[in-house]
Amino acid sequence: MPGSCSGGKQFWNKGLFGLRKSSWLLWLIPLLFLGFFFLYPLTAIFGLALRTNELGWTSFPWQRVGSILGFTIFQAVLSTLLTVLVGLPAAFLFGRYDFKGKNLIRLLSTLPFILPTVVVAAGFNAIIGPNGLLNLLLMQIWHLDQPPIQILNTLAAILLAHVFYNTAVVIRTVGSSLEQLDPRLEQASRTLGASPWRSFWEVTLPLLRNSLASAALVVFLFDFTSFGVILLMGGPQFATLEVEIYYQTMQLLNLPLAAWLSIIQLGCTLILTVIILHRGGGLPIPVAPRLSHSTNRQIQSWKERLFLVMMMVLLIALLVMPLVALVLRSLTKLDAVRSGNNTIFGFTLQYYRELFINRQQSLFYVPPVEALRNSFFYALAASGLALFFGSLATYALLQKSRWNKFFDPLIMLPMGTSAVTLGLGFIIVFATLPNARDFYPVLIPIAHSLVALPFVVRVLQPALASIPSSLKQVAATLGASPWQVWFSVELPIASRAAAVAGLFAFTISLGEFGATAFLSRPDIPTLPVAIFRFLSQPGSLNYGQALAMATILMALCASVMLVIDRINTINS
Amino acid sequence: MIKKIMNSMVLLGFILLIGCTKSGPTQLNVMTHDSFAVSEAIIKEFEQANDVKVNIIMSGDTGSALNQAILTKASPIADVFYGVDNTFLSRALSADIFDTYSSPILKDIPDQFQLDKSTRALPVDYGDVCINYDKAYFTEKKLTVPQTLDDLIKPEYRGLLVVENPAVSSPGLAFLLATIANYGPEGYLNYWQQLRANNLVVVNDWNTAYYTNFSGSTGKGLQPLVVSYNTDPAAEVIFASEKLNEAPTATLVGPDMCFRQIEFVGILKGTHHLALAKKFVDFMLSRTFQEDIPLKMFVYPVNSSASLPAEFIKFVQNPEKPASIAPEKIAANLDAWIMQWRKTVLE
Repeated sequence: MPGSCSGGKQFWNKGLFGLRKSSWLLWLIPLLFLGFFFLYPLTAIFGLALRTNELGWTSFPWQRVGSILGFTIFQAVLSTLLTVLVGLPAAFLFGRYDFKGKNLIRLLSTLPFILPTVVVAAGFNAIIGPNGLLNLLLMQIWHLDQPPIQILNTLAAILLAHVFYNTAVVIRTVGSSLEQLDPRLEQASRTLGASPWRSFWEVTLPLLRNSLASAALVVFLFDFTSFGVILLMGGPQFATLEVEIYYQTMQLLNLPLAAWLSIIQLGCTLILTVIILHRGGGLPIPVAPRLSHSTNRQIQSWKERLFLVMMMVLLIALLVMPLVALVLRSLTKLDAVRSGNNTIFGFTLQYYRELFINRQQSLFYVPPVEALRNSFFYALAASGLALFFGSLATYALLQKSRWNKFFDPLIMLPMGTSAVTLGLGFIIVFATLPNARDFYPVLIPIAHSLVALPFVVRVLQPALASIPSSLKQVAATLGASPWQVWFSVELPIASRAAAVAGLFAFTISLGEFGATAFLSRPDIPTLPVAIFRFLSQPGSLNYGQALAMATILMALCASVMLVIDRINTINS
Repeated sequence: MIKKIMNSMVLLGFILLIGCTKSGPTQLNVMTHDSFAVSEAIIKEFEQANDVKVNIIMSGDTGSALNQAILTKASPIADVFYGVDNTFLSRALSADIFDTYSSPILKDIPDQFQLDKSTRALPVDYGDVCINYDKAYFTEKKLTVPQTLDDLIKPEYRGLLVVENPAVSSPGLAFLLATIANYGPEGYLNYWQQLRANNLVVVNDWNTAYYTNFSGSTGKGLQPLVVSYNTDPAAEVIFASEKLNEAPTATLVGPDMCFRQIEFVGILKGTHHLALAKKFVDFMLSRTFQEDIPLKMFVYPVNSSASLPAEFIKFVQNPEKPASIAPEKIAANLDAWIMQWRKTVLE
């Protein structure tokens, strides 16, 4: 942490549980976890692939790989920029103002995270598809023959879906830093005569650099390794590295090429992480001392009111509409049979009722409540694991040891790993053990927590780094033990970030499908697996049930988030 | 604290390495793709008759499941593998993952399905990938239904067909193979060029094609012609929200318009339960299982003694002359065919 005080601070940053001089011990546990469950399967699959390597330097499809890499980076950069463009003002709004419906909108904006891409594609289709609500409306208003919005299967659809998925990352990460930011700094600059814009640009924004960089990195990596969105929203003319890895592995079993593509993807992840994280690091955020009243402002001037309205319209249109469309669609009868031009159309609860009936007497029928329960416990375990290993890694990072520059990017690697590659790695390492099936239920949350771990670290790190050592010193001077310092000074400040991190880990686990598909047991399916089963057969009943399941998934997730948000509000 | 964590880590690793030892009936592991489905009752029956517990291991789609079986060949995850189809058969056979087993029931299965003469992979079921059409659309527009692949490039069908990307979709690949069987490896690209000029719509997966683009199902899309399975009309009736007396869709079954997918079962080399595995294969070929197949997986049983459900007889049309290509030929050319298709149709 350049530019802040020295000496005593060094001492106090090492203060957790008296673990001074021992940052390697803090690293040891998350690294063991990462090594055993991530690096080991990964190297196993790479080893297998490269032992049979018949790819020569000359036979390597340089041109094809080059153009795929180019497109992957291009769409990821564009998507990240757009996501930050939408997310930053939204984070500002949520972090700085109090207004009616704030919690609800923030909650809804996080929901996309849990939804499988197939369901999201259905949601977008219900609005802007050829027969989507918006298109039908516009066609009626302007008496058009053709739907005016035709962006499905274009780059625009990819960007739209990425913004839809990832805006919440920016809102939550940057928003929570902003909420902790000492408002007196901005007030001071205003008193000294700076315009609101200037004080935002020159005071607030630089202080947010750390968390903004973290958020942008995470968003970029999500976009960079995007798979479902590219396939389902972008259509066949687009391929990212992840899509190509899937194709080379699954369709052709060309493991050597798939392995090289994976290595390129991992390499890019590493390089990018190193650049963003070690570019000098942002300033630690000076947090506000805990005031008894909220530091947030009320909406007052007409400018603020305009800003609020515009942001709400944008967020609702981008993030909430597709969700609402899904819910409506799960309640609407829209059957295949037609009499003349009329479609049978009406309100129905049939799809929900059918979820509870095993009409086909199938062996794999699982009542929705059970799938819900499985998903819930997997997600709980996964977020617990991710938070545990993530906070150890974060504390290790704060020790400023020379190992950090190796280990920090390492932590980010799971995000840059193809689910197909990791899934196959898991299979060849763990599934071949005797009675492997019995511990699949343990491996699933472990796999989920691996995906969530980088995220947890990136959310926790800026928050913990921002706790001023003076606060800890004061507490210690007043006679608090290191444990008390941690409990009564660090924990309350860190709890907000921990809640955000845990929330995302939970939602990542709920929605994860790639790795789960390799480890799922038909008798203990997760909700996304159940949704896919319905969507793989024709018939309006199957489709309706899939959307009903997705709605239930959203409802579950929304209630969990509601609880976490509540706890958080009460705590602070 | 740290010690406790270390202890629990070691314990966890220990559990994972050793695995739990279990008593009770023998476990028979059956590896398959995730579209596998069966009635609970008949599996229970098999389990009781043989004092065995059947574990179904679902491992993603067909390609994914087969790849996992190949990669774990040295220490197999399962005893039986079901679900490799004729597109991937050659890969399975050259990877040599199956033991031979000449089931006595093979005599009830027509020769045309027994593609593997070495009896390592035994046929279980088949289905035809064809073009389905929205009946209402063609009636309303008073348009005749296309009869051949050639018809599809006629101007009256401009922009009416949606197909799946053969690189990532199984029915998409099957339809590409149908065109290659019909026009030959030299001529199929020319045909696709003309399809493209006739405003062909290509999407990545079956879901999007069927539920978003196709006008005959619940999505109410813009294309009345979709590449899909010939059993879909029956599924549309069975899974309708309102009771239907007539299927809303039907299938084009002209010569060479459909590609036949045959699915196989095999005993994985290295199984410790060879006798049981053989019994399970026999069970899959037996009438009980074969008659359960249609309404669970929406494909046809290969055993000619199995009778079909009423919905299949009433609503499904079958091609008289489905297209086929030898599995070895598919394996040898798959990448090249798909690459050329990508260049012609997408770029």
